[in-house]
Amino acid sequence: MTDEPIIEFKHVSKTYQNGTLGLKDINLSIPKGQFLVVVGLSGAGKSTLMRTINRMHDISTGDIRVDGESIVHLKGKELRGLRRSIGMIFQNFNLVKRSSVQRNVLSGRVGYYSTWKSTLGLFSKDDKQKAIEALQRVGLGEKLYSRADELSGGQQQRVAIARAFMQDPKIVLADEPIASLDPLTTESVMDDLKRLNEEFHITVIVNLHSVSLAQRFADRIIGLRDGELVYDEPISKVTEKDLEAIYQPVSIVKKSEVQA
Amino acid sequence: MNIVPTRTFAQKYHVKTIAWLTLFVLLVIGTAKMTGVDFVMFFANFGQFVVLLQQMAKPDWQYTSLVVQPILETIQMALIGTTVGTLVAIPFSVLAARNIVKNKFLRGIIRFILNLVRTLPDLMLAALFVAIVGIGPVAGVFTLAIFSFGMISKLFYEAIETIDEGPLEALQAAGANKTQLVVFAVIPQVFNYFVSYFLYTFEINVRASTVLGYLGAGGIGVYLQRSLDQFAYGQTAIIILGILVVVLIIDGVSNTLRERLL
Amino acid sequence: MKQLTVSQTSLRSKRYKWLFWLVIIAVIYIWGITGVQFTGIKDSAGEVSRSIAYGIFHPDWKYVYDGSGEDLVSLILQTIAMAFLGTFISAILSVPFAFWAARTGKPRFHIRSTSGKLVLTLIRTFPEIVLAIMFIKAVGPGSFAGVLAVSIHSIGMLGKLFSESIENMDFGPSEALMSSGGNRSQTLVFATLPTVLPEFLSYTLYRFEIAVRSASILGMVGAGGIGTPLLFAIQTRTWSRVGIILLGIIITVTLIDFISGTLRKRLV
Repeated sequence: MTDEPIIEFKHVSKTYQNGTLGLKDINLSIPKGQFLVVVGLSGAGKSTLMRTINRMHDISTGDIRVDGESIVHLKGKELRGLRRSIGMIFQNFNLVKRSSVQRNVLSGRVGYYSTWKSTLGLFSKDDKQKAIEALQRVGLGEKLYSRADELSGGQQQRVAIARAFMQDPKIVLADEPIASLDPLTTESVMDDLKRLNEEFHITVIVNLHSVSLAQRFADRIIGLRDGELVYDEPISKVTEKDLEAIYQPVSIVKKSEVQA
Repeated sequence: MNIVPTRTFAQKYHVKTIAWLTLFVLLVIGTAKMTGVDFVMFFANFGQFVVLLQQMAKPDWQYTSLVVQPILETIQMALIGTTVGTLVAIPFSVLAARNIVKNKFLRGIIRFILNLVRTLPDLMLAALFVAIVGIGPVAGVFTLAIFSFGMISKLFYEAIETIDEGPLEALQAAGANKTQLVVFAVIPQVFNYFVSYFLYTFEINVRASTVLGYLGAGGIGVYLQRSLDQFAYGQTAIIILGILVVVLIIDGVSNTLRERLL
Repeated sequence: MKQLTVSQTSLRSKRYKWLFWLVIIAVIYIWGITGVQFTGIKDSAGEVSRSIAYGIFHPDWKYVYDGSGEDLVSLILQTIAMAFLGTFISAILSVPFAFWAARTGKPRFHIRSTSGKLVLTLIRTFPEIVLAIMFIKAVGPGSFAGVLAVSIHSIGMLGKLFSESIENMDFGPSEALMSSGGNRSQTLVFATLPTVLPEFLSYTLYRFEIAVRSASILGMVGAGGIGTPLLFAIQTRTWSRVGIILLGIIITVTLIDFISGTLRKRLV
């Protein structure tokens, strides 16, 4: 692992159109190859933070750099180029349920194709082979021709990981990837993400609710509360008590402060 | 486990999809032949169509005052027709509801009749009733009554079938008879749905009633036919605008009432 | 007045509210009944009804098929063909209207979607038989005019249903496609269309059921199909002919509803 940052947040704030504060003066530097876990209550801004990296959300002020280049003002083709290099995993898998697994996995590759070629489904032999390998990597080779909605939730999420892998990403963003899964499949999905990180040195950022999983898989944990970065420690220094504090609702914290 | 499955020939070349697609293309070609589709002629004559539209784009505003009365008559027809249809539909819908009538045979017959009634298009009914009772709004009222009867009885019995069974059981346990069950346990639960469906059917009937007059069944449709026959497209435009305004108002009022009800 | 307790006031206002609605409803109905004079019923009504009933139970079986192309089977097939082709064309035309009218959350597109919804309402309200008559002027009487009338009129309803399914669709797959660097058309082809297509198909089948009914009456204004001989038979009072045509329509509509319903269940 090198210390050269792949993602840098500089004084990043985001206010939504209706006036709600999304992010508040975030400063953060993420080195290449890190497995970063973001914890915090729902609505703390975890999803927003994640989506500012691939510009699915725009920020109000500040600057974000990916690989040393500011991404805030990217447009059109350049923006799509950025997104192509960043894979994303979603809580609800976001597969096209009625399409085959093969087509879903291949759809991760569209950023490398012209509109008309991809529209006609003219994927190269290499990419079709790559899709098979990506699927085998997550242990679902035999599902290549199945329809996505025939798969269990855990299997669907692993197909989504294969789809992200098709992009040849430098970074993978996983937004609550296990929130809709049962404990058993949770393990395999987290393992798949960890393998992406270890074998291919892909920087992985995961939003999680589970503190114990965060401690098992992360290199570093950051905590958000009401859009503010309130916690940032490497895994060696993380304690159970710190994490509990992040999950305290603010109202209770303030009350206890008043009482103290 | 982790090996890519081999596909049969049929799967690999999407035989099923291609078969469906071929069938569909053949159907399109066949039906186009059967109906004499000729887009060359359509575009060749498109000029005439545009002329017609241009004439309609110049509404004959003086005609407006003449149209008001028949439009009101249309609404009156729709109102009476829907009400009569609804009153007749209520007993039928109770008899067709699975949770009220346990006799499968009786229910089947009632539903069969209702299905038959629903297959009849509105203008066809209008032509029949004009032949029976003569030209005028009465034929329209009969048409709309039958038309709404078919529609509303289905909506009603489906509403009855979704009610909470609890109160029914409670009343049965207290020794109530069928009529008492309907009055005390069914009607209170479905009343708002009934009113809402009534309004919805009324909306549809107002739309339908505007063309019934084309075959002589009263209302604004009579004027619609006259203007079209006389090639007075400026008047046609006024009538269509009038219909539009009325339909929008009725839809608006009915939607507001329905939202407040449910 | 101020001494009245709250419960008394609300009780009283509730009673007045009932009375208020009752009066309004009564006035509406009195007005409604004055518009329709039931005295105008022809004396022959009973007799004609009996003849119709007799005709329906003694249908003119010879009309079913005589090879002339003007018989029941040929014209019913033509009616179904009008409905099929009209609905097919309409479904294609409805897609752009649906995207126009769909409200997809971004406030700056509200003008777009509102105007789209308005246009669809206009199309829906424009009477189908007037459209048929207009098309007859352009392409002459016959089933082609009927096809055109169905194609245009159905846009009103299909466009509305399609736009609603776009509004309610799962945007997840589209988000995923966008996040992997896909452009607009790639997102449309790989995520949006596969997500909404089954619903579109189902609505199209449903609209086809309705189109069969309306195609069977378009002939009454000269736009082809079974409607023309039906109106003719009614006007000439050949009730046995009316009977067989009614029977034909009932069987056709029931059959089409059944087939389309089965297909729709398999789709969703």
